[in-house]
Amino acid sequence: MDFVRNFPFICIMLAMVSGPVSSVLSGKKAGRLSMLVVSVCGILSAVTLVYTLQLTEPFVYTMGRFPAPFGNEIRAGVFEALMATFFCLIMVLSLIGGLKYLKTDVPDEKKNLYFIMINLLLASLLSLIYTNDMFTGYVFVEINTISACGLIMIRGWGRNILAATKYMVMSLLGSGLVLVSISILYGITGHLLMSNIHTAVAELVASKNHIEPLIIAVGLFSVGIAIKSALFPFHAWLPDAYSYSTCSSSAILSSLVSKGYILFLMKFIYRVIGSDVFKMTGADDVLFLFGIAAMLVGSIDAIQQTDISRMIAFSSIAQIGYIYMGFGLGVEAGMVASAFHILAHASAKSMLFVSANGLSEVSGGSMNYRDLRGSGIRNRSAGIGFVVGSLSMVGIPLFAGFTSKVYFAKAALGATTSKEIVTLIALAISTILNAMYFIRMTLSVYTPRMNEHYEDRDFRPGFTYRFSMFVFIIIVLVLGILSNPIFDWISRGLSQFS
Amino acid sequence: MLSYLWNNYVSVAAMILFGIGFCNLLLQRNLIKKIIGLNIMDTAVYLFLASMGYIEGRFAPILKDGVTEASQYVNPLPSGLVLTGIVVSVSVTALMLGLTVKLYERYRTLDIDEITTMVRKEHE
Repeated sequence: MDFVRNFPFICIMLAMVSGPVSSVLSGKKAGRLSMLVVSVCGILSAVTLVYTLQLTEPFVYTMGRFPAPFGNEIRAGVFEALMATFFCLIMVLSLIGGLKYLKTDVPDEKKNLYFIMINLLLASLLSLIYTNDMFTGYVFVEINTISACGLIMIRGWGRNILAATKYMVMSLLGSGLVLVSISILYGITGHLLMSNIHTAVAELVASKNHIEPLIIAVGLFSVGIAIKSALFPFHAWLPDAYSYSTCSSSAILSSLVSKGYILFLMKFIYRVIGSDVFKMTGADDVLFLFGIAAMLVGSIDAIQQTDISRMIAFSSIAQIGYIYMGFGLGVEAGMVASAFHILAHASAKSMLFVSANGLSEVSGGSMNYRDLRGSGIRNRSAGIGFVVGSLSMVGIPLFAGFTSKVYFAKAALGATTSKEIVTLIALAISTILNAMYFIRMTLSVYTPRMNEHYEDRDFRPGFTYRFSMFVFIIIVLVLGILSNPIFDWISRGLSQFS
Repeated sequence: MLSYLWNNYVSVAAMILFGIGFCNLLLQRNLIKKIIGLNIMDTAVYLFLASMGYIEGRFAPILKDGVTEASQYVNPLPSGLVLTGIVVSVSVTALMLGLTVKLYERYRTLDIDEITTMVRKEHE
């Protein structure tokens, strides 16, 4: 059974190696290889999850068997394995859901390049989840950015390339700040491994040495990751990048790429500097305020959109705000709620993007909501997927979004009084705003056009599309109804962090 | 205060350069100038890292004249980090230049605001 300890490393290497291999394959074969790799990584991560659940402590895997200060480390606990499994699952579902649109959006000779990017993205996400080394984290943040940029620009339209350029500029600003922060931390602690920095930081705080550089490092890191994961007010690049790319890209970008950075920030808060020191620096209050602002601004922007994919993209900004609000609450329960919201949002958002593409397919390729009228009747599986995703986003009971909102509200009750009141009010307002645009869109999707003849009545989406919709719906319902074990795993994983 | 800044002049210079690069990457409208800003920003961080790894009077960590005492050598890790960082920044620079070429071929300008206006018109 100890062989399982190699699995995280095998997953990362598998994803990394399959990238270059894809470059010499034809588009179709590269696609198959990539989906196989993502599924295998998912299965291996699931086995790792089962294995870590039986351990009391997370296990550490030393790369190349070099001991701690010299070698690089991978660390896998319940939380890491759960996130890795979930990310692989969402990625494979987004890929098979968007397979048909990939054929029309990406020219054949470029298709293998697309799957190289997918493989690199998977490798970087898994490394960000598992790594125990700050600098490795930085390198994979950059690889994540590069592959996400590839996913945005693969369609080759002018506006894709422009969106990719804007994304790169903002991302590079963010990673510059992250790099400076890591350098400063290295300067004051002399370590790069997360656990060693943690010990050194605790000593520094106890002896009141180098407090200012520490605060600056925490601030720079938080801002850098906030820019990269599009927290308000750094969200200007997001709508173009998400809404104009091909179906699978939008689904993966919105659900996984920004979450990889957020997980890295989570590790930084818990594993590197410790949540008490994080609170001492005051960074949590800043994240809290911007999170609340993002929840409201993202939703208000989304209401003004007439384009379904832009609407979903703006709703992402609001959901990122929820996650940062949980970080800012300053209590452990808030962090757990944020982690749960990462799962809830990732599943619902990727489903919404896949179903929006299905709806637009039967509406002459238009994303405008006037043209989409009645499309839910024309393409039933996409319609059902859109309804389930919307209900989850709004926070209707039985769906994932509701559960995470309940957890946020519960966590807020444990926070300071001012934060408690602000959070509860913001949750209520944001739920109403969410309902305004999602319910409007759902009604429009199910209102038939005047004098419609339904020539497309026999339209049946392909098997892969229906399958991915079906599994997405199941995930959202499971997260909504059977959330308790997942919630326990997350809290257990986070308690293993410190 | 001033003597403090003077004693750490390399770090101060690195942070000023970082600020210059950061502002250029953020505020310049010309894409090539943005990329130059990116490079200044990254190089400033490498200067900062390299200055941390430098200790007056110690050797590079390569065995010299049979001296095996560790205190005679500097820590090789900061230089290693700089090397890795350079690789990363070269690859993102290449990607940014590639995107710039694509945009220039299509819109015949390097001004990102003008390109944005043109793209918006294209899709109206």
